[in-house]
Amino acid sequence: MSVSVRIPTILRTYTGGSAEVTAEPGTLREVIAGLDAAYPGIGGRIIDDTGNLRRFVNVYVGEEDVRFAEGLDTQVAAGSRVSVIPAVAGGADRPAGR
Amino acid sequence: MNAPKIPAPSRLGYASHLACRECGATTELGSGHACAKCFGPLEVAYDLPPLTRESIEAGPPSIWRYASLLPVPPAVASTPNTEPGWTRLVRADHLATELGMRALWVKDERGNPTHSFKDRVVAVALAAAVELGYKVLACPSTGNLANAVAAAAARAGIRSVVMIPSDLEQQKIIGSAVFGGTLVAVRGSYDDVNRLASELADDREDWAFVNVNVRPYYAEGSKTIGFEIAEQLGWRLPEQIVVPVASGAQLVKVDKAFRELVALGLAEETGYRVFGAQASGCAPVAAAFRAGHDVVQPVRPSTIAKSLAIGNPADGPYVLDVVRRTGGAVADVADEEIVDGMRLLAQTEGIFGETAGGVTLGVLRRLLADGVIDPDAETVIINSGEGLKTLDAVAGTAEGLDAIAPTLSAFAELESSLTGREVGPL
Repeated sequence: MSVSVRIPTILRTYTGGSAEVTAEPGTLREVIAGLDAAYPGIGGRIIDDTGNLRRFVNVYVGEEDVRFAEGLDTQVAAGSRVSVIPAVAGGADRPAGR
Repeated sequence: MNAPKIPAPSRLGYASHLACRECGATTELGSGHACAKCFGPLEVAYDLPPLTRESIEAGPPSIWRYASLLPVPPAVASTPNTEPGWTRLVRADHLATELGMRALWVKDERGNPTHSFKDRVVAVALAAAVELGYKVLACPSTGNLANAVAAAAARAGIRSVVMIPSDLEQQKIIGSAVFGGTLVAVRGSYDDVNRLASELADDREDWAFVNVNVRPYYAEGSKTIGFEIAEQLGWRLPEQIVVPVASGAQLVKVDKAFRELVALGLAEETGYRVFGAQASGCAPVAAAFRAGHDVVQPVRPSTIAKSLAIGNPADGPYVLDVVRRTGGAVADVADEEIVDGMRLLAQTEGIFGETAGGVTLGVLRRLLADGVIDPDAETVIINSGEGLKTLDAVAGTAEGLDAIAPTLSAFAELESSLTGREVGPL
């Protein structure tokens, strides 16, 4: 069973316009790496050059903001849903020190 | 030699384009709210004509006197709008004496049409959104913004959809519902509502969520607080200013306003320090400031200052930049200090501010006590909203009020019982 990933408008150029795509379960880091393999370039829009979540993107696994969980190490179980949301209105940064 | 070209206004006045605050990439006006390269927030850039104090002073007694410095159509003042702004800057001598300060002013934002500074940002967002072709005015809100959006949409004759956490103060819920738009109460925190709105904004192409997909224009409205403070001080910048921090946009834009006035030659460059005020129950920016971080770790809010209860503040990193650049600070106070601040402001200056005003005054007191704020430097504090919208916070002040008989003897008896219990500041 795979996981579903909700893609914001701003990234749908990578997914051929799809608002929702699937990926294999694993850590969030692995899920994003899987996305990038399927849709080359999309990973770099979510993760910055230093390997952290970009400052102005929020990622949720189910209802949980991953910054309250384990960040990119958050486990994404089969059947769960990942949402990628531009953080302009509720901006956030990666947890300090991570 | 060519004469300098004087810019002509376009459909959004002298606004010329959007620029990413993170990576600097530029894009056209109206083309989104997040940077297509890095997700960073976009900010309005201008190609300004020369402006004079006299031309501004000749303008209307509202934020539209600064229309040239906002991303709005040139004829904005003549379209149906709530005409916010030009609120009082109150010289607070009694409060200053109480606090041992030389010169203190309160920018009293209760004077706006729905009694908070949000009318400013909404008026700018509405004007820009209509010009850009949006049909519905919407927002996620902690309450004051909901009031402002619902009222402004009613006045402009367009549909509104406002979304609020279901546990808001009753006054703010009713103060939105009365305007007749669609009011959506969401079980969850503001940050939950905000997430839902962000997802909706992605799909509803003609909905202008004022603080989400038209945020670059919306946020510019907060500059008018800074413009007014300077103009009301006689085109001077204060030496210190204390600003409440929710998303942080207000603080960042007040600083931007001061810098624009200096750049335009409308105010002299005098050093000023900017201080941010948060409630301890939701103080992610103060925590980052104390820890020396330039990033903000989100928190789950728990405070009576619901209008400041944003655990994941959009402009947090920029607040840190501004306070550090100007030599200021961000601090927080507990709920009891917030209530004390509300009472002190009311009892010394006759200003019944909302909980956020209590936060600002509480932080001023705290930073005076800590020797961080200079009592001899001219200081402005912002009271961002109306105490009547947050009555529960001070409900205890009227407890134990027993009715008397309508007779002189009953009054005399009451008066003697009050001896030694004189009503005064705290």
